[in-house]
Amino acid sequence: MYLVEDYFAAKSVEEALDLLADNPQRHIIAGGTDLLLKMRDGLLENVQLIGIRDIESLSSISLDEEQSITIGPLTTFKQLTVHPLIQKNMPILTEAALSFGGPQIRDMATIGGNICNGVPSADSAPPLLALDALLKLQAQGSERLLPVGEFFLGPGRVDLQPGELLTEILITADNYRSFGGCYIKFAPRKAMDLAIIGVAVTCRLHEKDTFERVRISLGVAGPTPLRCTAAESYAQGKTISDDTVAEIGKLAVESAKARNSVRASKEYREHLIDELTRRALKTAVSRAGRRS
Amino acid sequence: MLKKISCTINGKKTDLEINAGETLLEILRERLHLTGTKQGCGVGECGACTVLIDGNPINSCLYLGVWADGRDIVTIEGVTENGEPSKVQKAFISEGAVQCGFCIPGFIMTATAMHARDRSYSEDEIKQELAGHFCRCTGYQNIIRAVSKSFEDEPAKDGGKDN
Repeated sequence: MYLVEDYFAAKSVEEALDLLADNPQRHIIAGGTDLLLKMRDGLLENVQLIGIRDIESLSSISLDEEQSITIGPLTTFKQLTVHPLIQKNMPILTEAALSFGGPQIRDMATIGGNICNGVPSADSAPPLLALDALLKLQAQGSERLLPVGEFFLGPGRVDLQPGELLTEILITADNYRSFGGCYIKFAPRKAMDLAIIGVAVTCRLHEKDTFERVRISLGVAGPTPLRCTAAESYAQGKTISDDTVAEIGKLAVESAKARNSVRASKEYREHLIDELTRRALKTAVSRAGRRS
Repeated sequence: MLKKISCTINGKKTDLEINAGETLLEILRERLHLTGTKQGCGVGECGACTVLIDGNPINSCLYLGVWADGRDIVTIEGVTENGEPSKVQKAFISEGAVQCGFCIPGFIMTATAMHARDRSYSEDEIKQELAGHFCRCTGYQNIIRAVSKSFEDEPAKDGGKDN
């Protein structure tokens, strides 16, 4: 039995925002696969929960007339693995979703919950960073659009103000079209495991032999999921070669703030960042070649 | 704070008054005495508590009872066919897939859901489908073989239960 003082089933975004405005201490619960664990561990007690599972408008994936793709935060990891819009336009998210948990967890856990929980190992975070996703955060009477890179503040801390609810994850056409992408999750097990390092790379090529745009992001390489901006700027306009790819791998390590933990040493993580960035980049290049 | 829910459990309409913090697992085991569903890790990793909700395998330890309102739930007690073990259960028996048995109800539920999807599975796909279940006895080989065998010579007449 979880210590739940009360549970409110919100039927619409407005109702959820009203319930939050009435008492900003209330917690939003979607799939529950992270929040219930915190409650079980006694990190949260006697909470009032606002269930948003029944809000249909938050679980759709859609394409608008400007070709931007909107992912509802209630989209489950299972939906990410099977949805045609995601599979066709941003298979990097499909790849990350498949690496996540097991079938039962993928059916419950949501992409919005994964982001809002804010842990460095969130599998959806590196791909969303590499896709330059925007988050729509709504509160009663207000709304703002925030780049996902500014959302992560520290381990388990995100820029979600009291009363705010994540209502959309938006990826504009110029951030996914003709990009090739790759997510590599390095973990001891193939399923039901957390990443020791997660690497997401997206790239767009110029005439098949030059990097026009490269984005690299890492999970579990610092207190938050992060972008490797030095490596990205170096890559821009460079001819694709083993040497440039090797340099990009080295620069990715410099952006990381890897640390020792029970699961891996700093040195091992840095080795992985270098190696996996190069591997993910090579795969992304070949996929971009096929899409352009 | 008591909440009223109404759901179907193993084909039977069930009305309950539950606490907001009660899990579906607790409701099944402690209120309804359906103790075939087991609590293993309690954190969604081992799959011992797996039940089908609207046909999909779900960890009932991480599923609040309030979410079950209006849902169709099937537990291990509900998979027998006319009092006979289902073809999945028969395959687990014939392949010697059961040792201590604690994890088996969960495996049977996921395998049962696989059958309802009206498709076939390679060995790798079976492993992927079963990845949310831990077994500490068998080493998995006989379990994978049993699931694979349960798909052999599926009589067409059993195909009437479309989604």
